[in-house]
Amino acid sequence: MKTRSLPLQIGLIVVPVALALLLTALLILAVGADPLAVFQTVWEGATRDSRSFGQVVNFWMPLTLVGVGLIVTFTAGLWNIGVEGQMVMGAVFATWAALSLDLPQPLLVAVEILLALLGGGLWAALVGVLKTRLGVHEIFGGVALNALANVLLIYLISGPWQPPEGGSVRGTPPFPDAAIPTFLSDTFKVSLVAILIVLAAAVAVVLALRGTRWGLELKATGKNARSALLLGVPTRRAAMSAFIVCGALAGVAGLYRVLFTFVSASLRPGVSGGIGFLGVLVVLLVAVRPLGVPLVTFIFALVLGGSARLQIALGLDASLAGVLQGSLVLIVLLFNGLRGRLAAREEITEAAAHE
Amino acid sequence: MDIELQHIHKHFGPVHANNDISLSFRGGRIVGILGENGAGKSTLMKILSGFQPMDGGEIRINGARAAYTGPQAAIRHGIGMLQQDPLDVAAFTVLENFIYGQAGGLTLKRREGRARLEQICRRFGFSLEADTPIAQLSIGQRQQLEIVRLLSQGVKTLILDEPTTGISAEQKTILFNALRDLAARDGMCILLVSHKLEDVIALCDEVAVLRGGRLVGTRDMPATTGELVAMMFGQELPPQTRQPLNLEGAETVLALENLTLRGKRVIVENLSLRVRAGEIVGLAGLDGSGQEMLLRACVGLLKPVSGRVIVGGETLTGAPYRTFLARVVAFGAAGRLEEGLVAGLTLTEHIALVTETGALVDWSRARCHTQERLRQYNVRGRPESRVETLSGGNQQRLLMALMPACPLLMALEQPTRGLDVDSARWIWQQLLARRANGTAILFSSAELDELTAYSDRILVFYAGRIFEIPDASRASVDELGRLIGGHFDGAAGA
Repeated sequence: MKTRSLPLQIGLIVVPVALALLLTALLILAVGADPLAVFQTVWEGATRDSRSFGQVVNFWMPLTLVGVGLIVTFTAGLWNIGVEGQMVMGAVFATWAALSLDLPQPLLVAVEILLALLGGGLWAALVGVLKTRLGVHEIFGGVALNALANVLLIYLISGPWQPPEGGSVRGTPPFPDAAIPTFLSDTFKVSLVAILIVLAAAVAVVLALRGTRWGLELKATGKNARSALLLGVPTRRAAMSAFIVCGALAGVAGLYRVLFTFVSASLRPGVSGGIGFLGVLVVLLVAVRPLGVPLVTFIFALVLGGSARLQIALGLDASLAGVLQGSLVLIVLLFNGLRGRLAAREEITEAAAHE
Repeated sequence: MDIELQHIHKHFGPVHANNDISLSFRGGRIVGILGENGAGKSTLMKILSGFQPMDGGEIRINGARAAYTGPQAAIRHGIGMLQQDPLDVAAFTVLENFIYGQAGGLTLKRREGRARLEQICRRFGFSLEADTPIAQLSIGQRQQLEIVRLLSQGVKTLILDEPTTGISAEQKTILFNALRDLAARDGMCILLVSHKLEDVIALCDEVAVLRGGRLVGTRDMPATTGELVAMMFGQELPPQTRQPLNLEGAETVLALENLTLRGKRVIVENLSLRVRAGEIVGLAGLDGSGQEMLLRACVGLLKPVSGRVIVGGETLTGAPYRTFLARVVAFGAAGRLEEGLVAGLTLTEHIALVTETGALVDWSRARCHTQERLRQYNVRGRPESRVETLSGGNQQRLLMALMPACPLLMALEQPTRGLDVDSARWIWQQLLARRANGTAILFSSAELDELTAYSDRILVFYAGRIFEIPDASRASVDELGRLIGGHFDGAAGA
């Protein structure tokens, strides 16, 4: 297969983005607003002060973790829709440590991370067992386990972990200070350690996919499990490991959400914030190329973070950001489809030319 | 109705599935379309019935050029095809399925439909109840329904793809009588695609034989099984040229004891076989007669229902494929890109899968290995190319490059399928070099000359039954042909 020229590659990324912006602008015009003002408001909403930008970063990080995790499962040819539930279970496991262990700060945070890895990994392993041993498709298994994780979350919040002042489903009591990594400043509520851990995990996974036998086996399994098996790849083990790695990363993403999303760290309903599903869109958008993940997740975080301001500044609903996101994904997928058809046609004409 | 096919071409990627086929069919005749798997007969029939567009050529109906796309359009031109798996809707009843294919307005004319259905069924002795759900019908009955439906749509040419697979003997008799009647009384043109030579002999007035995408000939019936097989497989049998190997005292590499294998359509029962080091055993037979099941059972890809599989003295019955692989058993499937190579992976990635066994992959070392092996195995392709861009011959050589160098046993499905003469010869040089080192080889083939040229022994499969030719060098095409066609009785040999 020919590798495409660099300008063409860039074009295939830039053109759909431009088209998505255009489509969104038309929609904004249709509701009677000024597209430029909207874009400007979103940008300002995301970057006007360190507090806002801190929120953007704190959305960007878990989304990146999930995106990188999903790169692993997509490489193995698996649709890990259960990633939402895996985030929830990571958060739940870590919350247990935060609420019940009395340890010094670095140790307690380390235990939280380990438990988040364990919780997400276990929940993903369930999907994997259902898939590889019992023949349940991972999408169905994932959806079921998502629901189950959310039920468990609500039960814990409204039952055993409810705050002392009484039953509510708002969340657990705030975590003790020892359970929370130190922020960079009071206004920029971001933890450097957390960011470094996220980036290290992302880099490690990308390197592992490229440079280890594990990564090669995942790729072979994802492209053709039957042939991979015949070439000696333990395909079931490959699938299981992909689920577990993705789930573990999602679990840590869940912990990140618990620690840095709300005004005070606590486990609350909707802890995943839809990041799991958003992560699937991200990976589709970058066509399973890992390097695109942090870029696209940053843009998503920026747009979603900034759009909260639309209501205040322009009286528009913040869901416009969702429209932009949706049209972007749709158009990029459309382009990928077109590219696929184009490639297929090229191959056929080439083959005919060889006769 | 007369049909003329003129210079039909069809490509699938690099495969020339139909290569300049010109044929004509006359009304009132039953014509058998013969050929092995991949010969192009199904493709040709799908083109004729509108299921696939052709790349070049012309179809003329009663002398006039006919251009149509899609099966419905073909039916309007009077050509209907009965698929191997009937195209009906399982949730509906016989009557509903019958009505849905009909021309006409939006309203369903149930009463008329029922009358017409019953009338046609009565004529041919079909046993169809109008209100039975499809799910309760046998394959034979669904086939009858499909025929009835096509007839009521005014079809004048009926194409049947392997119609006798999975139906009872009684249904077969009814079907054949109906087809004869349609040809004789209605002047219809019946085209029968079949592997089963006895069906062709029983039913057809003439046959057209395809091989490798080309028309190799037509002839009027009657003909013997041997004559038909000779046309399907090619006539010439070159003398065996390889060095005879002394197998005296060679150890047994593979032993199968009272093996019973169950496939979708075929059951192989109570098979016992010993293969010694350095021995080559050819498996002959029409596709799906059980030889693929045997090959897969030898490497752990098919679990036997009963019996034992012993490799190198070790009983491995029921063990997973990877256990066999660890005992250095190699398997090569007929579909190279489906089973064997991974489309989307580069050549280097393939080689790395078998050479880079540590946790870390050293890509520059893998690249060196790849270049070395590509040279050694004469694969024309760059290390960074994706495997699906290789030609069939290069893919097959790459598969050889991926196999262990000195396996105990190789089980190969049609190792030279689709290859040109040079590529096929090269593959066999490699295989013979391995056998000289003591590798035992089991292979299936659709080429009689390949079987007789390279095998020490030949096992002929017919519907799961097996006939052994202990000395392949003495086999004649005629004898092989008769055996492949199922005439085991009275044959010489063990």
